Amino acid sequence: MEVLQLLISGLSLGCVYGLIALGLVLIYKATETVNFAQGEVMMLGAFLAYTFVNVLGWPFALGFVATLAVMGVVGALLERVLMRPMLGEPPFAALMLTIGLGFVLRAIAGAAWGNEPHTLRTPFAGDVLRFGELVVGTENIAIVLGTAILCGGLYLFFRFARVGIALQAASQNQLAAFYVGIPVQRVFALVWALSAMVAATAGVLVAPVSLIDPLMGFIAIKAFAAAIVGGFGSLPGAIVGGLIVGVVEQFASRYLPPGFGDTSAYIILLVMLVARPEGIFATLQRKKV
Amino acid sequence: MRFVLKTRYGQDIDLFRHNGQRFWYALLLVALLAAPWVLGDFYVGEVSLVFIYAIAGIGLMLLVGYTGLVSLGHAAFLAIGAYAHAWLLNHGWPFPASLAAAAAFTATVGALVGIPALRMTGIYLAVATLAFAEIVEQVITRWESVTGGYRGMAVPPAELFSVSLLDVDVFYYVCLAVLVACLIAALNLLRSPSGRAMVAVRDSEVAAQSMGINLARTKTLAFAVSAGFTGIAGGLLAHKIGYLAPDAFTIVLSIQLLLMVVVGGLGSMHGVIYGAIFIGLLPQGIALVRDAAPPAVAQIPGLEPGIFGAILILFLIYEPLGIHGRWVKVRQFFTEFPLYRKATHRRQRSYLRTERVR
Repeated sequence: MEVLQLLISGLSLGCVYGLIALGLVLIYKATETVNFAQGEVMMLGAFLAYTFVNVLGWPFALGFVATLAVMGVVGALLERVLMRPMLGEPPFAALMLTIGLGFVLRAIAGAAWGNEPHTLRTPFAGDVLRFGELVVGTENIAIVLGTAILCGGLYLFFRFARVGIALQAASQNQLAAFYVGIPVQRVFALVWALSAMVAATAGVLVAPVSLIDPLMGFIAIKAFAAAIVGGFGSLPGAIVGGLIVGVVEQFASRYLPPGFGDTSAYIILLVMLVARPEGIFATLQRKKV
Repeated sequence: MRFVLKTRYGQDIDLFRHNGQRFWYALLLVALLAAPWVLGDFYVGEVSLVFIYAIAGIGLMLLVGYTGLVSLGHAAFLAIGAYAHAWLLNHGWPFPASLAAAAAFTATVGALVGIPALRMTGIYLAVATLAFAEIVEQVITRWESVTGGYRGMAVPPAELFSVSLLDVDVFYYVCLAVLVACLIAALNLLRSPSGRAMVAVRDSEVAAQSMGINLARTKTLAFAVSAGFTGIAGGLLAHKIGYLAPDAFTIVLSIQLLLMVVVGGLGSMHGVIYGAIFIGLLPQGIALVRDAAPPAVAQIPGLEPGIFGAILILFLIYEPLGIHGRWVKVRQFFTEFPLYRKATHRRQRSYLRTERVR
């Protein structure tokens, strides 16, 4: 019974990692840059939802939709203002830029909302469901359901929208994609918007479990582990990787000596990088000259 | 504009291009040696901190700027060097032996980290070093018998030739001497075949391998040397801060170190020094502005890292070659005065292609 309980909390934690990793992978797939500020974008989304729902008193659904809309615009703006000048620069420079962005976003959030933790008022938090001896918090169910719905939506989007193919082309060869008429820059802006919306969803879902404060973005470091375990560049891989990291973390902090819970994600990451660097869902081939 | 007619190979690999450079560097050294007589104790301490940052920066520059491997976990090497040095001092080792042993130990750890890193490039390496740093932080927190855990660990006062390092001026000279030694060592490494191999690996792994460079050896060496220099800096930093605790060596410090080499100018040892001065003095500058600013602005939590981040972004967009690159451009403008062409320094853009199949 304890194992099942741990499994459920691990899965719901894993969904959060998976959602952040999903946003990372979206950007990586299209633009070949890793957004080290993904956790901070999530934090911004959670704070926005808090502002709409708690401060302005809007109904939750309306506040959530407004958060998504605003975060989409924010994501596109970040791409337009910061990332577009980096197009054609070495990937390292873009990576450093997102790190700087993370610091700036954290300072902005600290200035706007202060450093004390906040709780988001949601319709799905605080209750528990009982299945026999099993006790499941409704927020955990909401996280899993929300993740599933979001993944389904993204799958349909990339399966049926032409953008999905444009995105793949842009990532495989930016210059060639541009020559054949794919609006590479607009595709990138769209991907950043999409990724910011996914991050905002993750932020709203995780808000009842972990409080909202400017430092909540640091859990994105564990999402890197999730993304790499799944094979950076694979969308289902991101979710699967997130679930693995989440479940292992829960079990490690229960059954292993203290300290292993917090580091299990990093240990998985390093083991994965040594053993199978291309991840579970490999999308890379060895470069041939 | 001075043209040096090179007639011997020795001139080509000389550390100084001409006697003018020798003169100015000698003058700089004299000025630095005389500084403790002119500056107050506080500023002497701050300048020693700049020297320590510069030593760590040499290590990181060798890795990031010359070998092209990004590390987001250099604070971990700094921590390992600091704790190893303090532990050895506690067990009665003399200062020079302890510092050297701490450097050697850190270099060994660096080589061990470097081995799995051989298979990774770019972001994978960045994330792996990040994970390594997080694990080191946890190990330091949990290994209480050696590191003191959360409570921390006092750094014992050290002596060099029976002079106490607690004296600000003595510590300043020690840091200066170590920095100069490290700089000379790094510059010598860079003009040796191993250093040239690092630069070749940075510019193109495939080309380097085709020319017969052993990638594994070069990358491991780069990691080991880089970690070694950072370990030395860690040992000196331990004396500077006096009390070691795990929260002094977080990811924020790693990123500050990276910020230092990027803002200073990647791929030049001058850049390390400029970056170290920048990083060392920026908190003072921010403190001055904070005093002058209205309280509503001055009280913002996380203001300092935010400003660091903003500066990093501005440099990456407007001057990716850093302070050193800007200085080179300004100098060139004046030496070629009416003939300077902006396009000389235009960057070549290279658009990405991947080997992904799906």
